[in-house]
Amino acid sequence: MTRIIGQDENVALIRAQLSLIPSASVIAGSLLPIIPIIAQSPILPPLGIMIFLGWRFLRPEIWPIWAGLPLGLFDDLISGNPIGAGMMLWTIALMVLDLANNRMVWRDYWMDWLLAGTALTLYILVMMVLTTLTGGGWTLVPILPQILLTVMLFPLVLRLCARLDRWRLSL
Amino acid sequence: MASSGSKRAGFSRRARFGLFAGYVVAITGILVGLGLVIIAIADPQGFSAIRGAVSDVTAPVSSAGRGAVQGGGQIDDNVGNWWQAGRQNRQLRAELAEARRRLIQAQATELENQRLRELVGLIERESNVVTTARLVNSSATSARRFATIFAGANQGVRVGMPVRAADGLVGRVVDTGRSAARVLLLTDTANVVPVKLTRNGQPAFTTGRGDGRVDVRSLEAGNNPFERGDVLITSGTGGIYPPNIPVAVVVRVFGDTALAAPLANPATLDFAIVQRPYEPAAEQTGLPPAEDAGDAEAP
Repeated sequence: MTRIIGQDENVALIRAQLSLIPSASVIAGSLLPIIPIIAQSPILPPLGIMIFLGWRFLRPEIWPIWAGLPLGLFDDLISGNPIGAGMMLWTIALMVLDLANNRMVWRDYWMDWLLAGTALTLYILVMMVLTTLTGGGWTLVPILPQILLTVMLFPLVLRLCARLDRWRLSL
Repeated sequence: MASSGSKRAGFSRRARFGLFAGYVVAITGILVGLGLVIIAIADPQGFSAIRGAVSDVTAPVSSAGRGAVQGGGQIDDNVGNWWQAGRQNRQLRAELAEARRRLIQAQATELENQRLRELVGLIERESNVVTTARLVNSSATSARRFATIFAGANQGVRVGMPVRAADGLVGRVVDTGRSAARVLLLTDTANVVPVKLTRNGQPAFTTGRGDGRVDVRSLEAGNNPFERGDVLITSGTGGIYPPNIPVAVVVRVFGDTALAAPLANPATLDFAIVQRPYEPAAEQTGLPPAEDAGDAEAP
């Protein structure tokens, strides 16, 4: 270990370095719609917020409470959702999860999955309502498979975050 | 595992202040986001400049990938061609000779056509095509159905232009960047297309369902003119979409409405054609239609 942890400025620097990989992974997840397929229904899960919440469940302290603002805005720009909606919903999700965590006495794998699944389902539903308000139409049935896929894929995303975390800490 | 109360600052005044400032920033950000959404509710096209700029950046990346995806699909074809070169050569020669004969016939017919048209006094309109381009990516994670087309303002693409393929209608342009534009697909729930039945010319309109199909509703209340297998083409009513572009084929009939499948599948398209709007779009009527007046037809 060549790093000396103990001086304030070093801590800030190391913290910035350590948060680089989580942020980069969320941005990579948000870039999913760039893949060259022309979808006729929402067939891909919202990977950006899944990775964002994955890190959140892995390390509850990792995101500052405002982290959803820039990352959500970036997701809005790429995904075709109304601009500002992701900014708002990602941050609200983080706040609500913090609140829930402080209230909960017990926390395990299934509880986390349930919480994340609920959060992601609500996220997709509210996002659909917001796209409806901003000129789209009501599309509840087409997003049901997407919701199922998202909830089922979440443990995998969690594993991915854990792998990245191990790599990040061994750098 | 017992829950650890996260983000507790303890007794450090500095840490507490940091936490408090974080919450202030976050709540301000939420309000800003809400404000942006409310602006979008009032004016859905408000941020189209930003969207266009983003598609400028993403389109080249997707386009490279799209080329690879389509190239991969052709490899087995190429190998087959190599093996069957001799037989194919004979076949192609025969086809070419036949095609030449037909071409001469066609030229004669074309000449005759032209003469007749002059007689009737119809003026041949110049081509409607603005540009042809690839569809490169789409909003696959969102409830909306947008696709990005790799042609933008530099190629003459403007908001409101209809986009079609050889098979049928694809959608219309909703915002443009310099070298890329976003297309609202036919299957988006916000895309309403005035159509008519090829069988008897009855007017109707289609609305996207967001799942790859469209709903068809008749404009005449009370009767249901649809039958399974009916082909719908654009009627040209209301402008934007030129008439007689194939749109969809009816697959199921319900009481008053029908379910139809679009004829052009954007997922397998090589190229899409951007056309001029059939008439100046409703949003643009405030401006004097100086250059559009020439190619707009009377409804």
